[in-house]
Amino acid sequence: MNIELFFQYIVAGITYGAIYSIVAIGFNIIYNTTGIINFAQGEFVMIGGMTAVTLHSFFPLPYAILLAVIITMIAGALIEIIFIRWLVNPSVLRMIIITIGISILLREAALYIWGEKVRGLPYFTGTSVSSLSIGGVHVSPQVLWVIGISAVIVVALNLFFSYTMPGRQMRACASNRDAARLCGVSASNMITLSFVLSAGIGALAGCVVSPITYVQYESGTGLAIKGFTVAILGGLGNSMAAVAAGLILGILESLSIWVMPTAYKDVISISILLLMLFVKPSGLFGSKEAASLKEF
Amino acid sequence: MKIARFFVLAVFLIIALAAAPVPAADTIKVGAILGVTGPASFLGAPEAKTLEMLVEDINKKGGVKGRKIELIIKDSGASPEKAISFAKQLIEEEKVFAIIGPSTSGETMKIKGIAEEGKTILLSCAAAEVIVNPVAKYVFKTPQMDKHAVIKIFEQMKKMGISKIGVLSSNTGFGKAGKEQIEKLAPEHGITILVNEVYDKAASDLTAEVTKLKAGNVQALINWSIEPAQSIVIKNAKQIGLDVPIFQSHGFGNIQYVQAAGPAADGVIFPAGRLLVAETLPKNHPQKALLAKYKKDYETKFKEDVSTFGGHAYDALMILVKAIEKAGTDKEKVRGAIETMKGFVGTGGVFNFSPEDHNGLAMDSFEMLTVKDGKFAVLTAAGAMKTEIAPKKKK
Repeated sequence: MNIELFFQYIVAGITYGAIYSIVAIGFNIIYNTTGIINFAQGEFVMIGGMTAVTLHSFFPLPYAILLAVIITMIAGALIEIIFIRWLVNPSVLRMIIITIGISILLREAALYIWGEKVRGLPYFTGTSVSSLSIGGVHVSPQVLWVIGISAVIVVALNLFFSYTMPGRQMRACASNRDAARLCGVSASNMITLSFVLSAGIGALAGCVVSPITYVQYESGTGLAIKGFTVAILGGLGNSMAAVAAGLILGILESLSIWVMPTAYKDVISISILLLMLFVKPSGLFGSKEAASLKEF
Repeated sequence: MKIARFFVLAVFLIIALAAAPVPAADTIKVGAILGVTGPASFLGAPEAKTLEMLVEDINKKGGVKGRKIELIIKDSGASPEKAISFAKQLIEEEKVFAIIGPSTSGETMKIKGIAEEGKTILLSCAAAEVIVNPVAKYVFKTPQMDKHAVIKIFEQMKKMGISKIGVLSSNTGFGKAGKEQIEKLAPEHGITILVNEVYDKAASDLTAEVTKLKAGNVQALINWSIEPAQSIVIKNAKQIGLDVPIFQSHGFGNIQYVQAAGPAADGVIFPAGRLLVAETLPKNHPQKALLAKYKKDYETKFKEDVSTFGGHAYDALMILVKAIEKAGTDKEKVRGAIETMKGFVGTGGVFNFSPEDHNGLAMDSFEMLTVKDGKFAVLTAAGAMKTEIAPKKKK
């Protein structure tokens, strides 16, 4: 094993990690405001990717992506308004079951609209064969796009939650919904906003990863499982932690392929997840106190 | 509130009743269990569409022996459990004349016994050899054998001077069956497998897997899967600079995977039925007219590219129709007619059934194809030479 190949494995791991973490970020926002995991998050990713591919035959790539993100955000808002908004004090379990239902509904709707065909946006830079060579290690430019866009999303979210009024109101709802309500914050509007935001981020994620992973009506589930793992691993609710945890998991998986048969790759990631849940349920970067405030 | 609910219920009931098909008298009931949705939808969907198209066409022309065909398609979603319950339902309740499908080998093996017990003809659209070996009296299959695909690839490798290979396969029934055949047949063809890896069928990126092949210094790569992974693997191989010839299974015979992989797909070599290259066949080829007609009909009706998988359902139905035309509508006689059918020209090749061979296709039903400028083309000696020379130049 020469050093060049070692770094090639690392780069492969970064590729996996970048895909996992950009999907994981979306989980955190709804969790932050509502305390639930939105199991339809993977479907937002799929719808974003699918819509962008469809629109790309009419518009240039940047506009197609922008429109796809907006359409998915509207879909997110509608879903929240139709299925969740009118519930009076729903329990966490009920909300989770509802989101699972929504995910099945969206998957079937996508099958009806787009059929079972596999699609993908073109590579943002270059083509499917182009790669940047850094000292003999090859990396697809699309991977850099994924990492770059993840970084932009994380920074933008941090700014949004720290410095804007809606962002602060969302955080207020997250830590104590009743107190926030007493202060005049509309909790139900904040939950709608959180669905809109995470649908948008999911859609953007779907657009950037689709040249690498392709998108199909059922591809949301697979992406969501890994995204969910990474979100928990990093500590739910923390976007920065999700990116770090994603890269760690991706690199571990990739290195596992080096020494073990590939078939064990997912065993590695699930073992890590279980270990984490037993030893430090608040996640690698989460604090115990913050976790204990949540219902779930 | 209660009244409103009653009305809603009533409306639903009316719609449900109106939608239920009225059974036509004196039809030949043909059941089909296909994975129209789910992980095998790229098989099941074109199969279902093909059957619908053919049955509509046959019925318009007055049916078979004056009787119309009533097609009952059940969507199994590639789940063996569903296939079992649909098979029982079709045989016991619907009392179908024959069953076409299932789309996947795993499902077919689960219902092989049920068809045999129910004395119902089963024409499977799945590839695995175990379906017809050992032979079951009522079970036939139309796709070419996995074994033949592997031998075709090995023969091509021999021509190109390749002996040390890496094998990637997905953890599905198709991937597993192919991997077993490759492992079994490699020694007798003088091929050594240096790296042999299985990946998850939902894999989103395979860079690390192809890196392992690169580290193993393989001379060629065979990938055996039917998922989007087969596009991902060629892309990743080219991205990390793994410049060896890439072979795929006959599962690659769907143009959407070529489109998905973009320029990375160029030069991929794989065995497939002749449907994909119908235009380039010589005029006197026995399959030419039939393939051209099926391709044209399918593509004008459904506005999508034809795939070899729909062809498997085409062959299954037409073999059944031919046998009914010959032997009448007695199940036993029709079964016998299929078993003794010779020289039937289908999309997969020329079928010659016998009591020992319930597949009927020989190895020459496969053609080695390649991808050239985003389109399928017959692999010519020159094309093979080019892919062979490329990696040597690097070393």
